[in-house]
Amino acid sequence: MYNKKVKLRALFLFLSILSAILIIFLVLKSLEENVVYFLSPTEIKNLNETTAEKIRVGGMVKDQSIKINSDKINFVITDFKNEINVVYSGIIPNLFQENKGVVAEGVLKDKSFFEAEKILAKHDENYMPPEVKASLGEN
Amino acid sequence: MIFNYIGNFTLFFCLLLSSIIFFTSILSLNNKNSFFKRNLNELLFFKFFFTLLSFFSLLILFINSEFSNETVLNNSHISKPLFYKISGTWGNHEGSLLLWLLILTFCAFFYFLKSKNRPLDERLLTIMFQELIIIGFLFFLLKASNPFNIIFPVPNEGMGLNPILQDPLLAIHPPILYLGYVSTSIVFSSSLAGLMRGNINNFWAKHIKSWVYISWTFLTLGILLGSIWAYYELGWGGFWFWDPVENISLMPWLSLTALVHCILVLEKRSILHSWTVILSIITFTLGICGTFLVRSGILNSIHTFANDPERGLYILFFLFFLIFLSILIYFIYEDKFETNNKNLNFYSKDFSIILNNWFVMYFLSVILIGTIYPIFLEVLSNEKISVGPPFFNKLIIPFLIPFLIFMSIGPNLKWIKNNKLSNKLNLIFIFILSIVITIFVSRFYSSVALNITILLTASFYLFFVTIKDFAKKNYKNYSQMFSHFGFSLLVLSILMNSIFSNEVTSNMQVGDEIKFLDKKIKLQKLENTKEANFLKLIAHFKIEDKDKIELFFKPEIRIYDKPETITSEAAIKTDIFRDRFLVINLVKENDYLNVRYQEKPFMVWIWISAILISLGGIINIFKKNEK
Repeated sequence: MYNKKVKLRALFLFLSILSAILIIFLVLKSLEENVVYFLSPTEIKNLNETTAEKIRVGGMVKDQSIKINSDKINFVITDFKNEINVVYSGIIPNLFQENKGVVAEGVLKDKSFFEAEKILAKHDENYMPPEVKASLGEN
Repeated sequence: MIFNYIGNFTLFFCLLLSSIIFFTSILSLNNKNSFFKRNLNELLFFKFFFTLLSFFSLLILFINSEFSNETVLNNSHISKPLFYKISGTWGNHEGSLLLWLLILTFCAFFYFLKSKNRPLDERLLTIMFQELIIIGFLFFLLKASNPFNIIFPVPNEGMGLNPILQDPLLAIHPPILYLGYVSTSIVFSSSLAGLMRGNINNFWAKHIKSWVYISWTFLTLGILLGSIWAYYELGWGGFWFWDPVENISLMPWLSLTALVHCILVLEKRSILHSWTVILSIITFTLGICGTFLVRSGILNSIHTFANDPERGLYILFFLFFLIFLSILIYFIYEDKFETNNKNLNFYSKDFSIILNNWFVMYFLSVILIGTIYPIFLEVLSNEKISVGPPFFNKLIIPFLIPFLIFMSIGPNLKWIKNNKLSNKLNLIFIFILSIVITIFVSRFYSSVALNITILLTASFYLFFVTIKDFAKKNYKNYSQMFSHFGFSLLVLSILMNSIFSNEVTSNMQVGDEIKFLDKKIKLQKLENTKEANFLKLIAHFKIEDKDKIELFFKPEIRIYDKPETITSEAAIKTDIFRDRFLVINLVKENDYLNVRYQEKPFMVWIWISAILISLGGIINIFKKNEK
């Protein structure tokens, strides 16, 4: 028969594998729930239905589209094919300008109206988010 | 101009020296008394000296604004203040790699100097691995990112340094962080060397411990500096965003934290040999991995700078080479580990440290998955996603609770075996006290998730247990106490900060007034001034609370000309209870100012607690030197 030590070791191994599986399951589950998808205005146009989930929209801020009043900022994100209206109230990053790349995170109200909760900033005026570059390049 | 050649030439000379040291250290392993062995110290010093010379050449090129050099051209400007000309040396890709190399060569030299009590074989092998890393970086530097490329004809003016990098904190952030990253290379090399010689034991642990402490301390300080900079310069009032670039610095820190603890077990109990080696390998690989991910531009991060994918490919190759090499060595020499059948008791310091390691590894894997999963998904399915703070909060917060509890009880246990917990009553009393205080605090907030409340209790528990330990009469482990106390304070202040923060955002014109809680915020006037290399727009705000006490804030917008960039300088008033944070931004050339005012409780305590955590490491470094 196996001695006590071997049994203990087997139990330990079993427990570690079990906890590893549980943890992987937990991680994947919350990954599924908490990822934020990135879409371009064109991809939004092609959606079958709008969801209430948080998404990111990226593209260029359309020329002459920024409008500001005392409590919100309106602007248009374009990928030169399709456009989406964005409304945002909050602090905007320094590099937020017309004809520059932008990524906004928030919720779609309908296919042409986006309510942003966050505008992402960049450190570098030459830098364009890979996603924006790709979605502009596709067109 | 001449410094371009000096810098370049010395780098090639270093490559030559490194290759010589690398090959001769292999050849002279079994040679008892070679000329080489006796003079290795001098050779290592020469190499360090030449790298220093190369680094100074670049520094002088930056100070003199010699635009014949491509790196200077791309990252400097004549009207930039001298201080930022100097810090600009390592504020760019090429220069920062040169700094990385400088620290690498210094570590090799310093290690050989300080390791005289170790077997010569092991030291030689360590130097061999170290030279391998140095050669890899030298190739990378010379081939893909040479800091001494010459431009002809010489332009008159440079492109300027990104203005948000023109900041005193960010000038010292890279060197400190790099000291942390790079000194893990010694731990890596030495553990591989020790493994090959079958030397991984308690004496080895005692020796390599100080390197672990050094890198841990610098890494902690480096992350802290970066975090403070992000807090006031990026203008959002946050200090940690779970952004990929931040995660990447946190991952080696976590595995180093595990190593700091597990090396103690190896020293005191002579167990966990292989785990220590694995951790050393993981730590250094994560450091290189960080460089790869940051420099290749495959991450979409708020901190990303424009960069070049080819460089990424090289680092990726080097990374895989190092991982492959270490795995190979690990499996070939695995049987050289001392085997022992020491029993582990559940109620012992050893076991609680192992538990700590498991938890830390769990945190590490959560962060790793959250950081690289988007990359994999994009490669596999072309879907673009990002993983945000909710993911990390959800997976980390529940596990922090038992982690904090074990962190409080662990140090109160003895090595090997504890028959009964000596001051059980005290620990239970403190537990009840923490619950009472949590209930008291929770009356001040309305809707916070249950797990946050439990986490609050757990961190109060650690807080009071460490305070109790300070009052203990017998032997005290100050470094452990400071670090653990600092950690509890860190969790507490982050929790308080996130629960009790308040903010208002609005768009305002001169003369406008907005209400915030019981305060009135008024934009009084705007003022323009001109500085050396930027235009300044100062907004004068008055904040009046219900007791008619007035506070004045002067946030700025800076418009730099080279490169043309706008930055916001937040106005922050700090006291021990809260930070008041006001930041403005311009939206087009418009009358409206984009304004955000935040009150962030216990902000300064977050920084203080991080300093306390690293103080633990500093104490350990010097304690080692006294002996």
